[in-house]
Amino acid sequence: MSIQVPVYSTLYNQGIFPEILFWVGCAGSFDARAQRVTKAFSTILNKIEVSFAILGEEEKCTGDPARRAGNEFLFQMLALQNIQTLNHYGIKKIVTACPHCFNTLKNEYPELGGNYEVIHHTSFLNGLIADGKLKLQGGGSFIGKKITYHDSCYLGRINGIYEAPREILEALDADLVELKRCKSNGLCCGAGGGQMWKEDEPGSGRINQARATEIINSGADIVAANCPFCITMLQDGLSSDATEKNIMVLDLSELIVQQL
Amino acid sequence: MLEQIIFSMLCILSFGFAAKRFLFISRNISLGVNWTPDSTSFEKWKNVIFIAFGQKKMFTKWLPAILHLFIYIAFIFTQIELIEILIDGITGSHRVFLPILGSFYLLIINFIEVLSLLALIGTFVFLARRNLLKIPRFQSVELKGWPALDALIILLAEIVLIFFIFLMNSADVSLHHDSYHFFLSGFLVPFLKEFDTNTLYILERIGWWGHIIVVFGFIVYLSYSKHLHIIFAFINTYYANTKPRGKIENMPAIMDEVKSLLGISESSNDTNQLPDFGSNDVFNLSWKNILDAYTCTECGRCTEVCPANMTGKKLSPRKIMMDIRDRADEVGKKLDSGDVAFCQDKNMPLSPANFSDGLSLFSQILPEEIHACTTCNACVEACPVLINPLEPIIKMRRYEILTLSSGPADWVPLFNSLENNQAAWSLSAERSAWAADMND
Repeated sequence: MSIQVPVYSTLYNQGIFPEILFWVGCAGSFDARAQRVTKAFSTILNKIEVSFAILGEEEKCTGDPARRAGNEFLFQMLALQNIQTLNHYGIKKIVTACPHCFNTLKNEYPELGGNYEVIHHTSFLNGLIADGKLKLQGGGSFIGKKITYHDSCYLGRINGIYEAPREILEALDADLVELKRCKSNGLCCGAGGGQMWKEDEPGSGRINQARATEIINSGADIVAANCPFCITMLQDGLSSDATEKNIMVLDLSELIVQQL
Repeated sequence: MLEQIIFSMLCILSFGFAAKRFLFISRNISLGVNWTPDSTSFEKWKNVIFIAFGQKKMFTKWLPAILHLFIYIAFIFTQIELIEILIDGITGSHRVFLPILGSFYLLIINFIEVLSLLALIGTFVFLARRNLLKIPRFQSVELKGWPALDALIILLAEIVLIFFIFLMNSADVSLHHDSYHFFLSGFLVPFLKEFDTNTLYILERIGWWGHIIVVFGFIVYLSYSKHLHIIFAFINTYYANTKPRGKIENMPAIMDEVKSLLGISESSNDTNQLPDFGSNDVFNLSWKNILDAYTCTECGRCTEVCPANMTGKKLSPRKIMMDIRDRADEVGKKLDSGDVAFCQDKNMPLSPANFSDGLSLFSQILPEEIHACTTCNACVEACPVLINPLEPIIKMRRYEILTLSSGPADWVPLFNSLENNQAAWSLSAERSAWAADMND
């Protein structure tokens, strides 16, 4: 199957207005690990034959890390430029695989003049499965293995989306084990609030390692996640652990792609 | 008559003093900048009813929630008895409600006695949790000294109070077995059978006076203590944020500035008077942030779930709130002192606008505390009275970055990259290079 990822401006100039804008985000664009998620999600978008496009070079960071680091000026610069672009194309519906982009686009852009329907790919994918638009064939390589789910702060506690990811795992016929700290009590991976770009403050341990220990204790073979930062942090935490067990951290879209 | 005069004077003194303290605290809260909640009346009252009155969030930990509920309900129902004591104390009557309410009165007193016993059990368990079991969230460094003593004082006062209630009631039952049917006090009557009527009368008075003196003391003490939450929990939940949690407060001054820079709109800021960027003191926090701080009960549920704190970083959301409260108190006292030493401009009178003592929130809160936050909102989720410790942390980061141009050195490459490449990382690749891989 050939995968097409059209750029919005190209279609727009041809008078085509795609239904969905796929907001890729910085991690999804540049980080090698997160690119695999971007590609998996693009494959699914192609499979369901929905009209979508990316902004390509016109997309800028949403400003989430700048705002949370306290650099409001930089946040406004990025956000207002993005809003100019989005409004120029008359974008109505945005889907993104990053909970940080999702949160900022959904909750912070309206006050700056950007009003869109913003959906995280988790809810989007769950909707497709529920509506029968995405048919799962079964037989993913994870079948028979224990899967746990890590609630990202920005999707879970901050935006209250706890059930959609679990419903997807159920639809995938995965053997879900919950972590001790889950849902509203989920433990952060340690990357939010600008931590992704800085060394830890002095302390006795690292947050991602604390979370990795909880994952190991759960007995899971695979961790399902849906945030590029969580995926990096958890995989790092798990790799630095001395145990032999090779626990994989996978995005929900990567699990779904296995059953297309 | 002498008793009535002493009682009335104590009553006026304690309420008068408490009123003065509440004015002091409400003035301290008003030192913060203006802020208007955007919640509807329905949302406000819903929070007051479920979160404050109904204690919904307490029940994420069922054991302390139930024990706390005993003390809370006992406290509420004891108010009926306190109203009676006030009337009796001023008029010289004895159990004025008994002839009016009849057997319903007996029911109320019996109910209060049962609640008092449950509250006593709760109090002992709380003492044990803090001092014997040493639950980690009660052992943090920020509780050393006064906060730990404050918690101890109030629990001991609770025991003394309940002792006096039962002394008063059981002496009264001994004096009037035919009419006072107080079930629990009835069990104590055999211990008093040695005493003659006169002694029993004196014991009843000791119980009665002991009870009301502890109450008067509590009214005065309240405003110096974390126990202020018994009032402020209701006010704070009323004003709590109901906006999406992920929305960090906008800075319209900067937004307008950037809009004019980008040519989206004309600059509306023609006065050149930009407000403070971020917060370094109570004067540039919102009054709600300060109200949050005065509401804090120091329970530490926020700190217990903070990922930075649990991995040994110095950040403790509870400490942030306590530091803000202590700073508000300190500024308030200094303003009331009228001391010219605290005037920024020595030729002008001391006022909130003309205040400088060389200290700020940063005198107590280290940069490494605010830098450790992951904005995960676990603290916000955990607070039983809807305090938001994250908001002042972000505001202090804003002050560091925007006003002081400092902050973690690691963030400089991030900011540079965001500014120059509009991406969180500076990479030579194009943003959509991954798509080219796929389209091939």
